[in-house]
Amino acid sequence: MALSAVFDVKEDVLIVRLAGELDHHEAEKLKVVWQNKMYQNPIKHVILNLEAITFMDSSGIGVILGRYKDVLQLGGKMIVCSVSPSIKRLFEMSGLFKIVHLEKNEAFALSTLGVAS
Amino acid sequence: MKNEMFIRFSSLSQNEAFARVAVASFVSQLDPTMDELTEIKTVVSEAVTNSIIHGYQNEPDHYISISCSIMDDTIELTVEDQGIGIQDIELAREPLYTSKPELERSGMGFTIIENFMDSVDVQSTLGEGTTVHMMKQLTKTKTVSK
Ligand SMILES: Nc1ncnc2c1ncn2[C@@H]1O[C@H](COP(=O)(O)OP(=O)(O)O)[C@@H](O)[C@H]1O
Ligand SMILES: [Mg+2]
Repeated sequence: MALSAVFDVKEDVLIVRLAGELDHHEAEKLKVVWQNKMYQNPIKHVILNLEAITFMDSSGIGVILGRYKDVLQLGGKMIVCSVSPSIKRLFEMSGLFKIVHLEKNEAFALSTLGVAS
Repeated sequence: MKNEMFIRFSSLSQNEAFARVAVASFVSQLDPTMDELTEIKTVVSEAVTNSIIHGYQNEPDHYISISCSIMDDTIELTVEDQGIGIQDIELAREPLYTSKPELERSGMGFTIIENFMDSVDVQSTLGEGTTVHMMKQLTKTKTVSK
């Protein structure tokens, strides 16, 4: 199964909803569309919803870290939500939670950023 | 009884998904847990991706070989390329080390492989290629319920 990415903007937040498999092949394509969305919209923060991700490896971590750096440039925050136990393990291994906030779901993530869902 | 398989495919990134699904379907005969299957898929994905982007530097006209054998509840997996090779294997295996930060690599591939497999051996010769040999013993606790 390939990757699908759906983008949504709420106030100054870009919501990225991913579904399918996030590996190196998909990460390189995702980087381009994700970066475009970040610069085409007047946003500051990013919420990454991983609820429908069925597979992820270290290339996924790479693309998330890359966008985290972009969000820092915008002076915003990155929140990851709806993370499965196996993806959580990868994040813990790579120390990602030291820099990226984790929330249970999109609604919690939005309220953390002060946006009504 | 030992059961073996061997596949060889082009160094194209769209084959990363093919490789992990092929191996997962072969080892499924051992009735692994969902977690074990995810771990096997992840290490295949990591090793194949490394051959493509590091070993062959994204050149599409090379080949990657995977051999896998299962015996009792043990999986042996080898991923091999004839690419540029690794100069310093110890450094390469360090968490967060990557020689290609410009490609948004996280440097976590080898660390994940080491975490998910029981043993990992990396053989590499500059200009000749790299072989990653891995072993994993499946937990057999689930057979109790059979
Ligand atoms: N098959 C390979 N051929 C050549 N170099 C490799 C290979 N596999 C790994 N390497 C080297 O080891 C480093 C670490 O690999 P890894 O932990 O997977 O991180 P990443 O792929 O994110 O760089 C790579 O950056 C590369 O320099
Ligand atoms: Mg890697």
